[in-house]
Amino acid sequence: MNITVKFFAVGREIVGSDALVLTLPDGATAESLLWYLKETYPQFQTLKSLLIAVNEDYAEPHLPLAETDDVAVIPPVSGG
Amino acid sequence: MQTELLQDTYFKILDKPINVQDVLDAVRAPECGGLALFLGTVRNHNHGKTVHWLEYEAYETMAIKKMQQIAGEAMQKFPAKKIAMVHRVGKLDIGDIAVAIAVVTPHRREAFEACKFCIDTLKKTAPIWKKEVFEGGEVWLDACQH
Repeated sequence: MNITVKFFAVGREIVGSDALVLTLPDGATAESLLWYLKETYPQFQTLKSLLIAVNEDYAEPHLPLAETDDVAVIPPVSGG
Repeated sequence: MQTELLQDTYFKILDKPINVQDVLDAVRAPECGGLALFLGTVRNHNHGKTVHWLEYEAYETMAIKKMQQIAGEAMQKFPAKKIAMVHRVGKLDIGDIAVAIAVVTPHRREAFEACKFCIDTLKKTAPIWKKEVFEGGEVWLDACQH
């Protein structure tokens, strides 16, 4: 399945784009997306944390992804 | 930029200066005697380095959703009647206001506590990032393992 993934801040700089369409196996989860990203872009492994947001909420690792989901990669936040 | 004005709450991500009076006006409540206002401003130094400016970025729709969730939680924990949260994005200079949070409660003690809960939780959970541009480089704050 094809999932559009948004990137922000240091994540956007690592992948070089604010959004990518990634082809993932059916049944892919938030956790498997993280593995894919860390393998494809090893710089993600240097971050303090990396979370996936699905439909604007932080996703549990085993949450299955769907093509219609709003998916974003959330590097360590530093607001305020 | 997106604005959300829900029942008794007020949340914004702004790409222009924060008007503190607007934030205060959003939380007026005649039954409340305590209003706590927190302003987070850009500091001129960090970890011994001279900071030139900061660049803030937000995942805007999710940041506003988080603000709503944080305010909802604060209203459950404290007798807060109205809560306003505004965070600025873009390039901010030293002294600029990056974030404003206002809370009203019937009495003063809970106003401070609820306001502290809101800023502490916002900093931990809202998808907002800052890049520090300092003497000799730039870095996304708190991003990398050391």
